[in-house]
Amino acid sequence: MEPIVDPAAHGTFRTRSGGMIAVERLSLTYGRGASRVVALRDISFRITDGEFAVVVGPSGCGKSTLLKILGGLLSPTSGVAELKGQPITGPRRDIGVVFQTPVLFPWRTVVGNVMLPADVQGLDQTAMQQRALELLGQVGLGGFERRYPRELSGGMQQRVGIVRALLNDPAILLMDEPFGALDAMTRETLNVELQRMWMQRRITVLFITHSISEAVFLADRVIVLTPRPGTIGDQFEVDLPRPRTLEAMNTERFGHYVRRVRSALSARGGLE
Amino acid sequence: MKRRGPLAFCLRLIFLAALVGLWQLVVVALDMPAFVVPAPTRVAYALYQGIGSDIYTTHLYVTVVETLLGFALGCVLAFLFGSVIAMSRTVEYYLYPLVVMFQAMPKVALVPIIVIWFGLGMSSKVVSAALVAFFPLMVNTIVGLRSADEDRVNLMRSLAASRWQIFRMLQLPNATPYLFAGLEIAMIFALIGAIVAELLGAEKGLGMYMQSLNFNMDVAGQFSILFILAILGLTLNGLIVLVRRRVLFWDRSRDTDVSSVSKGDVL
Repeated sequence: MEPIVDPAAHGTFRTRSGGMIAVERLSLTYGRGASRVVALRDISFRITDGEFAVVVGPSGCGKSTLLKILGGLLSPTSGVAELKGQPITGPRRDIGVVFQTPVLFPWRTVVGNVMLPADVQGLDQTAMQQRALELLGQVGLGGFERRYPRELSGGMQQRVGIVRALLNDPAILLMDEPFGALDAMTRETLNVELQRMWMQRRITVLFITHSISEAVFLADRVIVLTPRPGTIGDQFEVDLPRPRTLEAMNTERFGHYVRRVRSALSARGGLE
Repeated sequence: MKRRGPLAFCLRLIFLAALVGLWQLVVVALDMPAFVVPAPTRVAYALYQGIGSDIYTTHLYVTVVETLLGFALGCVLAFLFGSVIAMSRTVEYYLYPLVVMFQAMPKVALVPIIVIWFGLGMSSKVVSAALVAFFPLMVNTIVGLRSADEDRVNLMRSLAASRWQIFRMLQLPNATPYLFAGLEIAMIFALIGAIVAELLGAEKGLGMYMQSLNFNMDVAGQFSILFILAILGLTLNGLIVLVRRRVLFWDRSRDTDVSSVSKGDVL
C-alpha cells in the first residue's frame, strides 16, 4: 500500500498498467453537513488478472458501497476505480454482479433468468441459450431449465444468480455476500463449488463477505475493511494450496490467516 | 378461502334456498303487496317473461357494450396516465393534487354533468363508465410500477439496461398482479358507471329499463333486472379472473377470489 503523502494531492493519480482492478485513494461520503457519513476513506488496492480477492469486514464497513462503485452504480466522492486501465464511470457490460439475494424474476424460467443479460444487451440468442444451458448443467441444474424460481431451493436459486452473472463472460465477477442468506451447510457446499467453478475459468473475482472463515477459504488475497469510516485495516495474500477442502479449515495455517484478519479487525473496530 | 368438501357445498345451497323460502313465507304470511316486496315466485316469473320476450336481451346488449367500451377506454387512459406518473416525479408533482382530489370525490356525482355534456345516447354511458373505471386502475398502475424492488432495479442497472428496458422487462411484469387487481375493480366500476348514467337518462339499457319499471311500480320486474345485473357483474369479473390466471401463473400470492391490493377506492 502506498502511504498517504499529501492530502492536497487528492485528485491526481498515477495509473499503473497491469492489474484487472485498480482502486486508488477511493473515498465516498454520503449526505452533507451534520448528517455526513464517510462510508469509505482512502481505499487503495489492486487485483490482478484471474485473482480471487475477498473483502471482509463487519456490517457498516462500506463493503457494499465499494462493490456498488465497482459495479458503476455509485460514483465515488474522490479517487478512482479502474477496470482494465479505464475508470469505471457507469454500469459496464463486462462486469457480472451477484447480489446478496438471488434476485430472480419469478415470471421467467430458470433459463429465462440466466438469459436476462443477453436480452438486455441484445446478444446472439442461440449462442447464449447454448451457453446458458451448458453453464446450468455445470452447476448441477441440468433438468431444471424450464422450471420457475419458486420451485427451486435457496441454494439452487443463488446458483442461477451466479450462472446469470457468468453468461456474457465478464472480465470480473463482483459478488456481494452471495451466500449470506443461506444456511451454514449450504453455504459451505456452495463455497466449495464456487472454488471449483473459479478454478475452471480463472475469472477475476471480487467477493464480499462478513465471514472470516469464508474469506480465508476462498481468497487469493484478503482485504480487511474496518468500519467508520471504511478503511483498509490489512491486506495480504493467502498461500494455501488449491483445491482447498473444508477439512483444510482446521489446519494451523488456515488458523493463522483467520487470526490475522481478526487482529486487523479488533485493532480498529470495537472502539470508535 | 379454505377449501371445503362437497357436503359443505350442499349445505351452502340449502342455506340459500332456505333464505329464498323464508322470503316467500314472509311475503305470503304478511300478505305484502307486490309493489312493495314481491315474492320470489313473482320475480322468477318476471325474469322468465322478460327473457322470453327479448326485451331484456336488447337492453342487456346495450348495457354490456357501454360497459365494455367504457372499461376499455378508462383502462387505456388509466394505464397511460399511471405509467407517466410512475415514471416521472415531475409529472407526479403537478398531477398529484388533482389525483388526490378526484380520488376523494364520489365519481358518480359527476355523471349528471356527463349526461348533459354527452347526451342521452350511448356515448354519455361510455364516458361515465370510463371515468369511474379509470381511478382504481390508475392508482394500481402507479403503485405496481413503483413496487419493483431495489435489488432488481440494481440488477438491471448493473447490466447497463436502458430506462425503457427496465420498464419493459422488470417494472411492467412486476406490476401485473397490481394491474389485474385494478382491472377487476375497474370492470365492476365500469358497470356501475354505465348503470348510473342510464338511470339518469338514456334511450336504452338495463338501467333505463329499470327506471321505467319503477315508474310502473313493477318491483318484481326491477328485482329481475337486479338479478341479471348481478349475473352480468359476476360474468365480467370472471372474465378478468380467467385471463389473470393465465397471465399470472407465476404469482401464487393472489389466488383468492377478489384481490386485496387496492380496494380503497369506494364510490
